[in-house]
Amino acid sequence: MAQIDDIIAALQQRVPEATTSDFRGNRRVVVPAAVLYDTLQWLKESQGFDLLVDVTCVDYLNYRGATDRFGLVYLLASTVTATRLTIRTMLNEPDLTIHSVVPLWEGANWMEREVYDMFGIVFQGHPDLRRILMPDEFSAHPLRKDYPLQGRGERHNFPVIRRGQA
Amino acid sequence: MPLTPATLAKANTSEQDYLWTLNFGPQHPATHTTLRIVLKLDGERVVEAIPDIGYLHSGFEKIGEHLDYNQYVTVTDRMNYISPIANNVAWHHAVEKLLGIELTPRCKYIRTLVCELARISDHLLSTGAMGLDVGAFTFFLYAFYQREKIYDILETLCGARFTTSYTRVGGVMHDITPLVIEKIRAFVKDFPRTIDEMEKLVNRNRIFVDRMKGVGVLSKEEAINRSAAGPVARASGVTRDLRKDEPYLAYADLDFNVCCAKAGDCLARYYVRIAEMRESLKLVQQTLENIPAGPVNVGVDERAILPTKQQVYQTIEGTITHFELVMANRGFEVPCNEAYGAIEAPNGELGFYIVGDGSDIAYRARCRPPSYIHFSMFPYLIKGHTLSDVVAVLGSLNIIAAELDR
Repeated sequence: MAQIDDIIAALQQRVPEATTSDFRGNRRVVVPAAVLYDTLQWLKESQGFDLLVDVTCVDYLNYRGATDRFGLVYLLASTVTATRLTIRTMLNEPDLTIHSVVPLWEGANWMEREVYDMFGIVFQGHPDLRRILMPDEFSAHPLRKDYPLQGRGERHNFPVIRRGQA
Repeated sequence: MPLTPATLAKANTSEQDYLWTLNFGPQHPATHTTLRIVLKLDGERVVEAIPDIGYLHSGFEKIGEHLDYNQYVTVTDRMNYISPIANNVAWHHAVEKLLGIELTPRCKYIRTLVCELARISDHLLSTGAMGLDVGAFTFFLYAFYQREKIYDILETLCGARFTTSYTRVGGVMHDITPLVIEKIRAFVKDFPRTIDEMEKLVNRNRIFVDRMKGVGVLSKEEAINRSAAGPVARASGVTRDLRKDEPYLAYADLDFNVCCAKAGDCLARYYVRIAEMRESLKLVQQTLENIPAGPVNVGVDERAILPTKQQVYQTIEGTITHFELVMANRGFEVPCNEAYGAIEAPNGELGFYIVGDGSDIAYRARCRPPSYIHFSMFPYLIKGHTLSDVVAVLGSLNIIAAELDR
């Protein structure tokens, strides 16, 4: 596997819009959402990033200086060289859909379901995109910044089961 | 749509009407915690397993956006509650990475020491409970007796047996005392005998081996593909161990081996955990005898941790630091940036992705929970095995529902 600097340089050649940054040893690349899947596929198949450590999302609603609403974060690593790389992509309402990476990594299945549950990002091509932590009757996406800490009273959505029915 | 047998049945299952649906959990003694699995059984064989989680979801990541970097450590205690002190270290490891704080050597050693004690305590319970589930009750009691001693050590160290909240940004709550060192020395002396006895009890036990061997096999390729980490991945031959791969705290100075197996079944996961306990014991010994002298917390110039009362009352720098840290509109200097910091927790890679926004409260505190990622491979591991193997596979993955749901 080539050095991380060479990989990032090659990545920038493939995707000219990509912006790179380095903070406390975390190497990060922001790529446009349209080429995210191809980039991850290329990183996995020809650059040796075989492990998907985590998929998560950040809602930059009130963040100082932020221009985009949601930032999806893919943390990659190599099990051979122990190199890490963070790939980020930005999404804005109303188009909160992105290609699922489950075809690349089976481990992305539940990670993407959690992002869908908490932020409402829709992963196209996901085999089983259901809520995972919140109940199915829940109507909001609780980790969005416009959702209050104490909730919005979704309890009325839940069916009440009495002792006789249980 | 609620998860009921009616909604689970697909349109074309008419020829499979003989399949029997069994609800495993959410309150079942063998799940140990609150999680539910809907099993579709053909006789005793599991055709399909559908996990249904979220019963313990309490919004830890949302709470992380409303508590400051020191307060949130109390919430991390409640994630993986069988090794809480390792979660404390993981959280503040990530916070210090974001803030750019370099710990003192003494603090690094103390944190390494408590992490390894947590690993022993986690593996004792996970192997012990695995034994309990497949019928080895005495084995569990042997393990739990030693776990009590680790609780006693933690109680002497920080006053709490269970919810330790031991770390602070830039240091720890209390320095280690001679009494703690004495207790850990006694534990280190006594503990190898227990592991030997535990191994003697079950390693050649026909029932235990038959129920573990060849059950829930995870190949190396699948382990990587499904993002496994920690003992689960190492039992499948993945050599990744963050303590060696990206040495944090004091691990670069210490001598230890990464324990791996090739089989990838439940028995291999058991063996890896037992071997890791022996390595952790080596690490505890080494760190205990080599704790450097000097201050345990970072200095007053860093403005990260409350100075001692002596410093506050006798030096102007101490007074200013104390004032800066306790005033509501002051606090930490946090960059508007994001960082991911991870440690090798007993259960696998436990990382936090923290977004700082300049205030002393995280803008986003994502936790990468190893239990969650390991439980997602459960349907794959159990397919084709029998109902009685469900508890063996669950035990070998060491699913902690509080960390699973957060």
